[in-house]
Amino acid sequence: MQSIAGAVYAFLPGRILFLILHVLGLVCFAYIVARRLAPLRRAQRDFRFDRPWTRLVRVLRFWLGQWRHPRYRTAGILHILMFAGFIILFSRAMDLLWLGVSDSAANAGLPGLAGRIYDVVRDYATSIVFLCMAAFAVRRLLFKPVRYAVPARYGKAHTADAVFLVALIAALMAADSLFEGAQAAGGAQQGRPVEFLAALSLPWMVKQTLLAAPLAMLARLHLGAYFAHEVTFFFLLCYRPFGIQFHVETSLFSIYFAKLDRGTVKPVRWGVPDEQLEQLPSFGVKTFEDFTWKHMLDFYSCADCGRCSDQCPANAVGRPLSPRFLTIKARDYSFRHYPVWGASRNGAPLIGGIYSADEIWSCTTCGACEAECPLLVEYIDKIVDLRRGLVDAGNVPQSLQKPLKALESRGNPYGKMEKKRGEWAKTCGVPVLNGNHDASTVYFVDSITSYDDRMQAIGRATAQILSRAGETFGILGAAEKDSGHEVRRFGEETLFMALREHNTEAIKASGARRIVTADPHAYNALKHDYKDMPPVEHISQFTARAVRAGRLKLDAVPDGQVYTYHDPCYLGRHNQVFDEPREVLDAIPGLHRVEMSRSRDRSFCCGGGGLALFYEPKEEQRMGVKRVQMAAEAGANVIVTACPYCMANVEDAIKVAGMEDKMAAIDLAELVEKQMR
Amino acid sequence: MEILVCAKRVPDTSENEIALNAAGNDIERDDLVFSVNEADNYAVEEALEIVERAGGMVAVVTVGGDDDEEVLRREMAMGAKNGVLLSDENFEGSDGRGIAEILAAFVRKGHYELILTGVQADDGAAQVGGMLAALLDYPFASLVTSIDVLDGGKLKVGREIEGGSKEIYEIELPCVLSIQTGINEPRYVGMRGIRQVASVPIATLGKADLGVDGHVGDAGARVKRLDYFVPPATKGAEMLNGGRDQAIAKLIELLRSKGGLQ
Amino acid sequence: MPRIFAYIVHSNSAADDSAAELAAAARRIDGAQAPAAIVTGWGAGLDAVCEATCAQYGEVWKIANPALAYPDAEVIRKALVNVVPRGSIVLAPHAHFGVDLSPGLSIKLNAAFVSDVVDIEGLEGGWLKLVRQEFGGQVSAHVRCDISSGAVLNIRPGAFKPWDGAPVHGQVMDHSAGAGDLTVRRRYVETVLSEAGGVDITKEPVLISIGRGIQDRDNVALAEELAEAMGAAVSCSRPVVDAKWLEKSRQVGSSGKTVKPKVYLACGISGSFQHLAGIKGNPFIVAINKNPKAPIFRVADVGIVDDILEFLPEMTAKIREQR
Repeated sequence: MQSIAGAVYAFLPGRILFLILHVLGLVCFAYIVARRLAPLRRAQRDFRFDRPWTRLVRVLRFWLGQWRHPRYRTAGILHILMFAGFIILFSRAMDLLWLGVSDSAANAGLPGLAGRIYDVVRDYATSIVFLCMAAFAVRRLLFKPVRYAVPARYGKAHTADAVFLVALIAALMAADSLFEGAQAAGGAQQGRPVEFLAALSLPWMVKQTLLAAPLAMLARLHLGAYFAHEVTFFFLLCYRPFGIQFHVETSLFSIYFAKLDRGTVKPVRWGVPDEQLEQLPSFGVKTFEDFTWKHMLDFYSCADCGRCSDQCPANAVGRPLSPRFLTIKARDYSFRHYPVWGASRNGAPLIGGIYSADEIWSCTTCGACEAECPLLVEYIDKIVDLRRGLVDAGNVPQSLQKPLKALESRGNPYGKMEKKRGEWAKTCGVPVLNGNHDASTVYFVDSITSYDDRMQAIGRATAQILSRAGETFGILGAAEKDSGHEVRRFGEETLFMALREHNTEAIKASGARRIVTADPHAYNALKHDYKDMPPVEHISQFTARAVRAGRLKLDAVPDGQVYTYHDPCYLGRHNQVFDEPREVLDAIPGLHRVEMSRSRDRSFCCGGGGLALFYEPKEEQRMGVKRVQMAAEAGANVIVTACPYCMANVEDAIKVAGMEDKMAAIDLAELVEKQMR
Repeated sequence: MEILVCAKRVPDTSENEIALNAAGNDIERDDLVFSVNEADNYAVEEALEIVERAGGMVAVVTVGGDDDEEVLRREMAMGAKNGVLLSDENFEGSDGRGIAEILAAFVRKGHYELILTGVQADDGAAQVGGMLAALLDYPFASLVTSIDVLDGGKLKVGREIEGGSKEIYEIELPCVLSIQTGINEPRYVGMRGIRQVASVPIATLGKADLGVDGHVGDAGARVKRLDYFVPPATKGAEMLNGGRDQAIAKLIELLRSKGGLQ
Repeated sequence: MPRIFAYIVHSNSAADDSAAELAAAARRIDGAQAPAAIVTGWGAGLDAVCEATCAQYGEVWKIANPALAYPDAEVIRKALVNVVPRGSIVLAPHAHFGVDLSPGLSIKLNAAFVSDVVDIEGLEGGWLKLVRQEFGGQVSAHVRCDISSGAVLNIRPGAFKPWDGAPVHGQVMDHSAGAGDLTVRRRYVETVLSEAGGVDITKEPVLISIGRGIQDRDNVALAEELAEAMGAAVSCSRPVVDAKWLEKSRQVGSSGKTVKPKVYLACGISGSFQHLAGIKGNPFIVAINKNPKAPIFRVADVGIVDDILEFLPEMTAKIREQR
């Protein structure tokens, strides 16, 4: 076999040429990566070094196992094949590097049968990667999936860049195949034992084509292919950190360091306890350097696949928010301000720069983007941090200022009097817990159910269910304030902490050992935002348990209705409670239930809860209207939901869409209360 | 430009019914929450925007007691440089003119080029601004919905008149303006901002410091409120009860007879 | 009993409706006295106004001066200070002009000042007992005013029925010479008219008017649909314009337009006086509001306690059915 190291390229021996090339390439790459790490060194801290085993398992699942990829089937399968190919070819790439500088590498690699098997697998891997590149190019150029499209306001399309990269990888595979095939063809002509070449693989096809070629030409092809391969390899290596392909390197880290605790919100500053927050000169993210290093790493790790924006309900209704471009714009910002060559500049405000305030306020924190991203890029913490920055600067829309002020002075966003908070319960005789009662369970009602005429029905239904199931419980009444769930997620951390402190004391004073709520936002807050709380349960979980244990019996519903269950974001996606509500519905005899195509963790947000109901977005359509249409498409005429905000949005949407005679909405608790014996 | 904004702490009445107390001579005050008068808040925002464009500083002043300090702190959290409380037991029971006299005495101690008040507060009197201007002998404009700073110590102001139209005036500094709501979009003041100014010193001045006399306090008041009451219902509306369907039917009938359906 | 003067607001050679209302208010203070009117201005229209005012006022004090050509309150105040005898009672309408003029006037005349008076109960000792409202009209208050050095009272437009007594045949007296130096440190430049919207609500006979109770920009459509079904137009109160759900040209009220419809549906409107001040001509007023204690129910002809977000679409549907 022709020695690369010993060959002469132009006037340089191979080993010298490739030693230079490899070292140059690696040094270049190292330098580029070091420059890319520069902003991370100026970034805020992020505590991501805990629970290493959990993180490793997730790496196995999401990185190696490509767990999220098949959610978009075609692209997912293609990517899995390509990724598997890369893993397999990694060893090959290392071999090839050595080959250029040392002849001893020719005999390196796995000995005997294992080595032969690897060679076959490797050849197929090369071919599959090549075919995948062809498939990717065809998808980009011919089929043009919608999620890859770049809306005009974000600049020009990324197609050219994508196809360029795909072409480079294909070229790499082609070069390797040519290198391999030329050598095999030469060997065959010289009567040497033919190395197993996987039949119908790309190298095999090259070999077949070149079987009759003159040896001298084969030698030149072999050497030339090697050179092409190495140059392409190092070009790719150094080019990747300049675009979305950087995810090849960073994905391992972005997945390892990914957030473990669903439903939580990052602290204002990692390492600064609540009591010391006052001393911080500024809250939130105002400039790029206010992001944490992990958030910056996320910007590098985005593969521009568009799945997040494809799932984003705000994007779907024409709000100015597209999660994909939140990331891409930030990445481009960091490339501009921290260039590989040239001085770095920092400190420009993000809002009014790459982001608009409306863009940031448009998010309902539904989490669809985070549930979809194959690289586990995080969005909610970034949005919350940006909102913290906006709040700190006083840049809050008037429509949100009013409820925030009311929350501060009255503990609810409506500005209604505290003493009226528990009035809804008087008609059903629900006691107010004040430490005197023997109730072990507190029903945390939260603001909308307490004060809104319509939603009070959910409160009454929940109380009836608890009573019928034999639970001794009470409410906090006027001592309860808003859970503060959205207050926190809209960036008003200080007000949130005040509400949390107040409610924590009230819950402790009640002596309750369990909390039940019918409001998923309160559920999430009590479970994740509050500390040292007794265990919290959603009414759907409580009901499912009670039905299983026979404490609740449900009567049949009348015929003719088709029900569908809408997963509330904060019950389903954020807390993975998908099955219990369905279990309850399925326990109702005669209830004909269908699933919407977007359900469970693909559920489509109703429009948001808490403060989101006060914000006036710029949108083409309401999220709720889209959702109600989805329910109709699934063949349903009743939407069942388990969240008062979902109810508000859905009922509103039914009216706005003019579907009053085609669709009804009912809360799970209301339905259970109606059907329970 | 040195701008002084006069602010007042008022009960927040937007969602809450003001009711008479059991004795029937005052309003029920137990459940009231207080905040800065809305128009005054717009005035502070306007002042802040003026100094952000033209340089200077904003001071906020109120007449009252310890409870009223929170209003000063809130406006300082918004961006006002100084807060001053004018407090004295002799000030209690002052009528509108009394308040204006106290404020005028304070203004005379400083060098404010522009003094802003909100158009009106909870009592809807809309008087302190105009009185203050007359006491100081400064020009005045009320219901101001726009302010532009001109060269040569003048402002161009727009006043809101009926029909949504606007009178434009040029007014010389120093002057007093009363600011109408909706002139701008006030910035948000969060709990954090308020906490940060919680221990900033607030200067307090009393009667002797100001050298004010005459019309202040209960003794000097020429206008006094005697009580609160709810007027007996006059004929009022004919209420259509009996459920929505019935109400709609009756209403349509009435509209038809009155020429409301065309 | 001090002399009572009323300041007459006028434009386009005609006195404002408030002239007759102030005449009534003046007689409530002192039924024995035919009050005097003060009319300032410049040009031909001024005399026409003075003549017309003679019907209700015993004397009409005319103050003519080029500086008074545009009714600039700063200039007028100076003139009044020079002309009005000390110790008098001066009445003015509580609107955008009165708010500009009167507080400062009271200081310069060293008289007491009461703003936005809705009723006058009479003299008690040396004190005039008046009624005002506070907290956006939610409660009323009795106020007493020491008139021993005179008083300036801003009277709420519409609070007093226009005086309809037998014409008084007052005399026009020219007090222009007493006006004195009218230089002030404020100069009127121009009036910027509001942009005309598509619809001129002042010309519409039937108005569906929405207030804060509409809650959301999207719900405005509910009113628009009812208006369409009824052949009416949509108008609104101030909060709806502040929230930018409708243009300013749709606003009814003292800082908006004055409308004279036949029928006025007040939906989700609380009934603040600033809004009601924009409704003239005594239309048939229907009020729909969730809050049974809303002040609008005191002035409406027919009232319905209900949620407009549910009521309006149902009413629209019923009307469409019946066509």
